[in-house]
Amino acid sequence: RAPPRNSEFLTLTYGALVTQMLRDLENVEDVNKQLERIGYNMGMRLIEDFLARTSVPRCMEMRETADRIQQAFRIYLNVQPAITNWSTASDEFSLQFETNPLTEFVELPPDLNNLRYCAIITGCIRGALEMVQLEVQCWFVQDQLKGDNVTELRVKFIRRLEDAIPAGED
Amino acid sequence: MTEEIVFDCLHAEIVNYCLDDSNKENDFSTLEYIGFTTGYRLIERLTRDIPRFKDELETIKFICTDFWTSIYKKQVDNLRTNNQGMYVVQDKAFRFLTRISSGPKQLQQAPKFVAFTCGLVRGALSNLGINSTVTAEVQTIPACRFHIEVSRN
Repeated sequence: RAPPRNSEFLTLTYGALVTQMLRDLENVEDVNKQLERIGYNMGMRLIEDFLARTSVPRCMEMRETADRIQQAFRIYLNVQPAITNWSTASDEFSLQFETNPLTEFVELPPDLNNLRYCAIITGCIRGALEMVQLEVQCWFVQDQLKGDNVTELRVKFIRRLEDAIPAGED
Repeated sequence: MTEEIVFDCLHAEIVNYCLDDSNKENDFSTLEYIGFTTGYRLIERLTRDIPRFKDELETIKFICTDFWTSIYKKQVDNLRTNNQGMYVVQDKAFRFLTRISSGPKQLQQAPKFVAFTCGLVRGALSNLGINSTVTAEVQTIPACRFHIEVSRN
């Protein structure tokens, strides 16, 4: 008998959390915010694991960062997104997913069209990169849950965070 | 292995989400319920290719072996029953407690880390037609005993 894939447990647990939030919170925007926040917290911890596991040096430019993010998806979610659609300034790129393990068994009812089901992922990327002094913006431009052919995640470089700025003086 | 760390982080965040609010501090019902719905769905995936269990004991044994292994990568260490619907499942190194240092202060926090799993077991059993109450008891971290009481009516 083939053992079930591990990710199913993660997928179903995440689904249960999203369902619970929809029940707890009055509007979908708040759910999006909470999911993003949870992802952010997870990203801050996962980056430690990632750096310990891969011992990669600091990324000097966004193309390297993109490769590292791709590698992280392979390690943690066992998917390999394609890196595409670089902006001419090389400060913005897309990650394209053919499949997304978090949305397996998931269908969005029409009244939840504003729900960013995978906001946890964008939060995670932001949290992880912030720990390596990179501020980015991260959002979904295409989503298979909303009927698109692929899921596309956009990452935009905002700025490098400087060390050693005392609180309140940035 | 690597998916475990993702799950552990997610679990920690779920615990925070459910108990963050100070007036929810000791209310584990939401946390338990998230576990319940997860277990309820997961068991359908796990038992897809398995013949129907012949009795309650066999069902509980499945929870202690395959179910536990697929989630926590180990079997439980001990299963006892009074043959009247009470089961005690012992895990000597319960995963959500293995990263916590032992000590009276941490022990107070232990219920937070076992509530989800109580729900998980209750949900799984529920979808297999067994209504139960599942509670957990932690005396020394990281060991945990889960008490399953089958409701008969």
